[in-house]
Amino acid sequence: MSTLVATNKKSFGATLWDYLTTVDHKKIAIMYLIAGGFFFLVGGLEALAIRWQLVQPMNDFVSAGFYNELITMHGTTMIFLAAMPLIFAFMNAVVPLQIGARDVAFPFLNSLGFWLFLFGGIMLNVGWFTGGAADAGWTAYAPLSTTSPGEGVDYYVLGLQISGAGTLMGGINFLVTIVNMRAPGMTYMRMPLFTWTAFVASALILFAFPALTVGLFLMMFDRLFGSGFFEANMGGNAVIWQHLFWIFGHPEVYILALPAFGVFSEIISTFSKKRLFGYTAMVFATVLIGFLGFMVWAHHMFTVGMGPAANSIFAVATMAIAVPTGIKIFNWLFTLWGGSIEINTPMLWALGFIPTFTLGGMTGVMVAAASADYQFHDTYFVVAHFHYVIVGGVVFALLAGLHYWWPKMFGTILDDKLGKITFWFFFIGFHLTFFIQHFLGLMGMPRRYWTYLENQGLDLGNLVSTIGAFLMGVGTIFLLINIVKTTMKNEKVGGDPWDARTLEWAIPSPPPFYNFKQLPLVRGLDPLWVEKTEGRKGMTPAEPIGDIHMPNNSFLPFVISVGLFIAGFGFIYQKNDLSWLTLVFIGMGIALGAMLTRSVKDDIGYHIHKEDLQKEAEES
Amino acid sequence: MKDWMGKIRTLSIFSFLVMVLTACGKNNLTALVPKGYGAEQSFNVIIISILVMIVVFIVVMAIYIYVVLKFRRKKGQENQIPKQTEGNKTLEVVWTVIPILLLIIIAVPTIASTYDLADEGEKEDSINVNVKGMQFWWNFEYANEEVQTSQELYIPVDQKVYLNMLSGDVIHAFWVPSISGKMDVSPENENTMYIEAFEEGVYWGKCTEFCGDSHSLMDFKIVVVSQEEYDQWIEGLKNTDPEYTAQSASAQEGQQLFNNNCISCHAIDASATNPVIAPNLADFGNRAMIAGVEHYSKEALVDWILNPGEIKPGNGMMEAPYLTDNAINEEDAEKIADFLMELKATDKPVESVEIFREEEGQGN
Repeated sequence: MSTLVATNKKSFGATLWDYLTTVDHKKIAIMYLIAGGFFFLVGGLEALAIRWQLVQPMNDFVSAGFYNELITMHGTTMIFLAAMPLIFAFMNAVVPLQIGARDVAFPFLNSLGFWLFLFGGIMLNVGWFTGGAADAGWTAYAPLSTTSPGEGVDYYVLGLQISGAGTLMGGINFLVTIVNMRAPGMTYMRMPLFTWTAFVASALILFAFPALTVGLFLMMFDRLFGSGFFEANMGGNAVIWQHLFWIFGHPEVYILALPAFGVFSEIISTFSKKRLFGYTAMVFATVLIGFLGFMVWAHHMFTVGMGPAANSIFAVATMAIAVPTGIKIFNWLFTLWGGSIEINTPMLWALGFIPTFTLGGMTGVMVAAASADYQFHDTYFVVAHFHYVIVGGVVFALLAGLHYWWPKMFGTILDDKLGKITFWFFFIGFHLTFFIQHFLGLMGMPRRYWTYLENQGLDLGNLVSTIGAFLMGVGTIFLLINIVKTTMKNEKVGGDPWDARTLEWAIPSPPPFYNFKQLPLVRGLDPLWVEKTEGRKGMTPAEPIGDIHMPNNSFLPFVISVGLFIAGFGFIYQKNDLSWLTLVFIGMGIALGAMLTRSVKDDIGYHIHKEDLQKEAEES
Repeated sequence: MKDWMGKIRTLSIFSFLVMVLTACGKNNLTALVPKGYGAEQSFNVIIISILVMIVVFIVVMAIYIYVVLKFRRKKGQENQIPKQTEGNKTLEVVWTVIPILLLIIIAVPTIASTYDLADEGEKEDSINVNVKGMQFWWNFEYANEEVQTSQELYIPVDQKVYLNMLSGDVIHAFWVPSISGKMDVSPENENTMYIEAFEEGVYWGKCTEFCGDSHSLMDFKIVVVSQEEYDQWIEGLKNTDPEYTAQSASAQEGQQLFNNNCISCHAIDASATNPVIAPNLADFGNRAMIAGVEHYSKEALVDWILNPGEIKPGNGMMEAPYLTDNAINEEDAEKIADFLMELKATDKPVESVEIFREEEGQGN
């Protein structure tokens, strides 16, 4: 039982092995953060290449084919490999702590989810090195995607299938965790907003991702095995792909945006030193947005030719989402009202978010108006709109959350001055890049254009947009400097550096691997705040010190993911040469073998003994 | 640090001003100066929604600015604990009901115009054009007149023209922002929309559904002409002759070369029975542009014949046999160009095409 001496310095190999086998949600969170951050930088570089190509009309910085790969991979990377895992990073790091749990419900599954995401993400990018990445747009509309030559789209299909499976597991895990593992007294209506949004987002994942899985499966058969689900000549229908994709794709927006709202709810409440205004309405609005998110997918398809009845219904349903979203905006404003607002980096992001996201929501209503959308659709207006929502909402939230929870995750605090510099570069660069794109779209610039002609009145707008993009790049560099500097300095902060309100701040930073020595007793909304106002320093425990049950580490999730990764190559290349089927058998053999091992081997975990906990408490 | 942050702010204000000053973009391309019925309908909804949304934005920003200025923590207030307000039912009802009312203001005209733009009541009595989108060009077949053309769609001013749209390969979308909103052109479901233009002129059309390498160059034009010019043009197209004999000596040689190398894909007469493999070249002498994106000139045409792949990457002409075995040199291409530029359905281009050519020529 040497579990409590884990704080000793370890060799690199031991640390690596620790991370490869860990089932600890906090370490998995760090891995999600690193991997998601890496892909965020990759997607950002792709974006800069795109903007550089468009800096002037008829530019020839990249070829048409390469440009199409860039836009496809930029979209795919940013949504699936950057935004999703970074959201998962914070959900992993924070949700169990906020509900007073010692881990997630299925730690093994949590680890498996991460490795599947990572290997799926690598697979998506392998295309760059083997003759071309996917080039049919991140929405991969058939028949362009089913007829695209080469293996790029195959990598897209299999990479997304593997990483999507990981995401689905993650979603189920959080649902079960939040339903089952809340600390005593943590009723649903006492859950912090971030946990609520994670809960609803997980429910959306549960219902939305299977639609993507089915769509990708059909596309895989069309591309690799000669079926014709999306092929008009063979009795298929290409529009079916669009429906399947958007039944997933629209909720996906809320899977990202809801946790972002959660992050801001925490931050705005903490740094104005007030409880969230209209908590009940906020929860209700979250659930309502989640529900409506499923009803409106076809607003991406107003120009497909669905007819006026369908277009009108989807238009009105979409506009309806503006109501709960508006409720949220006003509740945030009234949380600030009468508060004591401290403007530091996380709060700056939250304050930057409100006007930005309001603009994104406004253009959202405009795009929802079907007959107006006939002009907006597939133009830079839409590009501007969804970047206002996804960058102004989600990325701002990720950066806010990064600064806010960094102390909890790493025990150090990011430099506030550098954080503010990052913010201003990014914020100004962002608006410079995307505000003008609304006008570019209406002035006749369709999206996914590799180049545009001279003398069309589009030059200046594109130039400004490109300058903005590079300012965002500068902001990101300052963020990296900040991270490196903070890590080098390694100045430790206490458990509650922000004087915050929720449970995660009641334990040391970074938390011990078992999280809570004794499960806390939750006596109201913002439980830590409740205790602090009553003059206590920490939470009142709900149980005496006792043995803590912990899960064992496992290397199997990594092995399963590697197996599926190998099988993926077999599936792709068997279309050229059937001998590649060997790889399918090897890869699936590895994956299924590992699953079998997991099934037959008893793994009941271990206990941290009461005496060890008490000894540790005396030493510290 | 402060100093150059200030400069960035100045730059952003400056660029915003420039954007406002450049106003609405190019006149025959932008959606902001509608010149047709569909564009006008969309524009009205855009304006209504933008006005409503600006009201919302002003309210939000007013509260926001007040709150951030008023309640910002000042020095010495670090330990002050503000009142922990729970919420306010009345306020919450207010900001639920008002947005619903505002949305109704947008939703009603939206639905009305959506139905209006989908109306096919006058289809029987109007001009019907079968539109076919291909990577990366457009074919237009006048269903009742039984003639077809490519890249440039002639329509009479102030008349409803119904477009029945189908794709020959992947999904495209038909968009002429000044005249009408867009509609997808898909391989299996025929979509119908109507367009009606208010002013004569040549308007830019764009493909807006991502369709491959040269998606951004799949341009076409709508040429809006008077009823008289339209009738003449259609009559002229009907009289284009597959057995046409070239006039000048150079063009005659060009025709020979064309017959040896190009005729298996391209046709020089507008007969609607010609298979749609490549753009129909009848009336090529009156085109507003070459390949949809190049200024109309002999040099540009020669360049296109010799290097179609460089101008429009991934287009079908790159696989033409004359390119793969270098059967045509520059001199031959010039002769072919002479021949093609002779092909005219009417004696001279309509006025707006001439004006368009001149303006585009100056632009380059």
